[in-house]
Amino acid sequence: MKKPHTIFLKTGISVLGWTVALLLFFPILWTVLTSFKTEVDAIAFPPSFLPTQWTLENYFEVQERSEYFTHFLNSVAISVGSTVLGMLLAIPAAWSMAFQPTRATRHVLMWMLSTKMMPAVGALVPIFLIFKTAGLLDTLFGVTFILVIANLPIMVWMLYTYFKEVPADILEAARMDGATTLKELFYVLLPMSLPGVASTMLLNVILAWNEAFWTLSLTAIKAAPLSAFIASYSSPQGLFWAKLSAASTLAIAPILVLGWMSQKQLVRGLTFGAVK
Amino acid sequence: MSGYQMKRAARFALTPSVVLLFIGMIVPLAMTLWLSFQYYNLLNPAEAGFAGVSNYTYFLSDPAFSQAIINTLLLVGGVLAITVIGGILLALLFDQPMWGRGVVRLLVIAPFFVMPTVSALVWKNMLMHPGYGIFAWIAHKLGLPPVEWLSNSPLLSIVMIVAWQWLPFATLIFLTALQSLDTEQQEAARMDGAGPFDRLIYIILPHLGRAVTVVLLMETIFILAIFAEIFVTTSGGPGYASTNLPFLIYVQALLQFDVGAASAGAIIAVVIANAVAIFAIRLAGKNLTA
Amino acid sequence: MGSITLKNIHKAFGDQVVIPDANLEIVDGEFVVFVGPSGCGKSTLLRLIAGLEDPTSGEVHIDGKDVTQASPGKRKLSMVFQSYALYPHMTVAQNIGFPLKMSGEKAATIRARVQEVAKSLDLLPYLERRPRNLSGGQRQRVAIGRAIIRQPAGFLFDEPLSNLDAALRVSMRLEISELHQRLGSTMIYVTHDQIEAMTMADRIAVMNAGRIEQFATPLELYRRPANRFVASFIGSPKMNFIDGERAAQYGAHAIGLRPEAISLSRKTGMWGGHVERVEHLGAETIVHVALDQGQKITVRTGIEDAVASGQTIFASPDGSQVYRFDENGLTLGFPENVPRSALM
Repeated sequence: MKKPHTIFLKTGISVLGWTVALLLFFPILWTVLTSFKTEVDAIAFPPSFLPTQWTLENYFEVQERSEYFTHFLNSVAISVGSTVLGMLLAIPAAWSMAFQPTRATRHVLMWMLSTKMMPAVGALVPIFLIFKTAGLLDTLFGVTFILVIANLPIMVWMLYTYFKEVPADILEAARMDGATTLKELFYVLLPMSLPGVASTMLLNVILAWNEAFWTLSLTAIKAAPLSAFIASYSSPQGLFWAKLSAASTLAIAPILVLGWMSQKQLVRGLTFGAVK
Repeated sequence: MSGYQMKRAARFALTPSVVLLFIGMIVPLAMTLWLSFQYYNLLNPAEAGFAGVSNYTYFLSDPAFSQAIINTLLLVGGVLAITVIGGILLALLFDQPMWGRGVVRLLVIAPFFVMPTVSALVWKNMLMHPGYGIFAWIAHKLGLPPVEWLSNSPLLSIVMIVAWQWLPFATLIFLTALQSLDTEQQEAARMDGAGPFDRLIYIILPHLGRAVTVVLLMETIFILAIFAEIFVTTSGGPGYASTNLPFLIYVQALLQFDVGAASAGAIIAVVIANAVAIFAIRLAGKNLTA
Repeated sequence: MGSITLKNIHKAFGDQVVIPDANLEIVDGEFVVFVGPSGCGKSTLLRLIAGLEDPTSGEVHIDGKDVTQASPGKRKLSMVFQSYALYPHMTVAQNIGFPLKMSGEKAATIRARVQEVAKSLDLLPYLERRPRNLSGGQRQRVAIGRAIIRQPAGFLFDEPLSNLDAALRVSMRLEISELHQRLGSTMIYVTHDQIEAMTMADRIAVMNAGRIEQFATPLELYRRPANRFVASFIGSPKMNFIDGERAAQYGAHAIGLRPEAISLSRKTGMWGGHVERVEHLGAETIVHVALDQGQKITVRTGIEDAVASGQTIFASPDGSQVYRFDENGLTLGFPENVPRSALM
């Protein structure tokens, strides 16, 4: 039974909640709105909230410039590539630790966690030098490879927690039914843990797309993904804020959507399964 | 496969990942260590040789270094404080019933998914810009002079940007933890006569303890290594006012090409990060059981 | 076709020895039950036979072949798990057909066999459902269907009825026994419930702390338990054990008397005491008596005897039904007569 003061309370809280949310979301909103403004509008002072005239010219210009598209594809290649490679390694590893645990398993898991804790700078110099010598600088393969290593611990951990939720006796039943290990994996384990596998992949795509250390250090022109490309505009060069906003909006939109869709699973992944 | 074969298969399955991580982590670390004891400047590759600890002394005595350490710690401390306290408050708020709770949640979470370079640029040019930024406009409306955020308070500006990005992370985690709180426990507390404030202190906050631990740990790890935001906005300046350890090392290595010194710096950074992590894990140890 | 032999099975998990030395010979077509308290190793033994665990040392033979190194799929055994372990993402038909799919049968063959099996288990209307939309009993039958479709040499049941309510348990017990009669295959059944054991088994292996205390027919276990553990485990209400003076009279360290082997009288008897509690079960009455000098016994009497709590009472054992145990719990000889009521 809704007492009147409950509705009153709910409204008050809603107002507060929405205000806070809009404040937090504001920078993003502002960027999106600016992308539809003319350049003149974009740097107007006092700033106008909405465009005086809505225009898509910025988006067209961004599409025209083939550089943007190249960098977009680079981001896609790096994100998807590191995810696929990572999963090829992480699925067997997580399977092994979840279903054939040994005394060493816990240590291995903790060790993997600790590799993530080491700051990337610790490896920057040698990796840079090795890449330079091997000609891997500014290549998609190079930076993808590094990102696989960087995110492997998270993928393994996340899959491990999902695999542990699959009841062991169902896998045993499959074994009794004559399934080989591979068949067990394909017919039983993966279908049952599909949501977990999907979220792990999603998380990795997000982390790789947004990565901004290795991508900035190891790429220059050819292999630069969007994070590096946009970083190259850090010094203002006159009237182009609206275009930058359009480029930014395009760059962040896919991940925003993916992130929104996978919030629950992300919590598990980013806390190494400690919070579910 | 019999049990023996299964165990062997399991070991094979695990090996590639372990090997890759080992090579990817330990080997570079070892090389960094070795390099830190060498003279090696990319501009003068001819002049190489054993440097003993001179790289370390150089790095440690460099005023930029102590500044960077302080900045790093301030950065971590500031962001942690804002995100944990803010996160708990926001989680408590968004746990309440409200209209359009789903949408509100999406709005709050969004900043975390924005690329750091984009966030930094947006904050730098659209919010903080003294000429045509939003903050300047607000100041103008209030009759105050615009604040030159990035020039005058560079570190604070960075803290604001990073905190904005990570607040959603903390909020999301705390919100998830809150929603896993057994309603029966809360009802029992109400039967026992506990008011909302009591419930907060005695039931909700302790329940969040584990989530707080995790958030502190994860954020420390990531924020110690903050790079892109500094790279894009202040480039560590003015001077070294907003340089943190990773950025300092980057500057040494890739902009000044002093590989030896940069390696020494990197080792120091690793030691600090490990010390903090061990300290944090020790402190949090019991809360984190996988 | 389905004889199973265990030779010197020793199983340890790290430093913990779970099964010191197990030897067992199961005849083809037998219904054998492993029974014992929690942690006695009965499930472990079953899993060793299934191949889901490997023995630390020792051998498992099926039909004379050494299968110790063989994988579970190759041993031609089927298992029904306590939680049924149905594949949640597959339909009933797919669940039942899975073993055949794994052995590479053609789709048409699989479909036909699944129909056969589903029909014999009354599962035809549920073939397209997912396990989560089935009741406990239906899930149980799907698990059984998945087990029988391969026509294995033997069936293994790991406490399959524990998750069912009492009424369902009784009817499923019957179904499983009928299944055994129909198929005639070897079946090994693990349970902690001695009633299930006694009603279903050809032979029972009573286990305790990893040891097989006795492997015999139900009646044999009831009448001639090898030691005190078996004597106290089989039979409900439990056998009464009396030590001290009263036992010494019979030349034993302790004596055992089944509840039906004692008679009560208000006037006279060998041992004196008073009634603590009376349970009226209709067909019989269970009287809990506290004897003078401290022992408590349970007596089963017919309805003619009317006793009330608190009354003084006298108990007299039937001398021909006294079991005698030495200090190690081993039985010294057996009483000659058959107890009045063979089973409950």
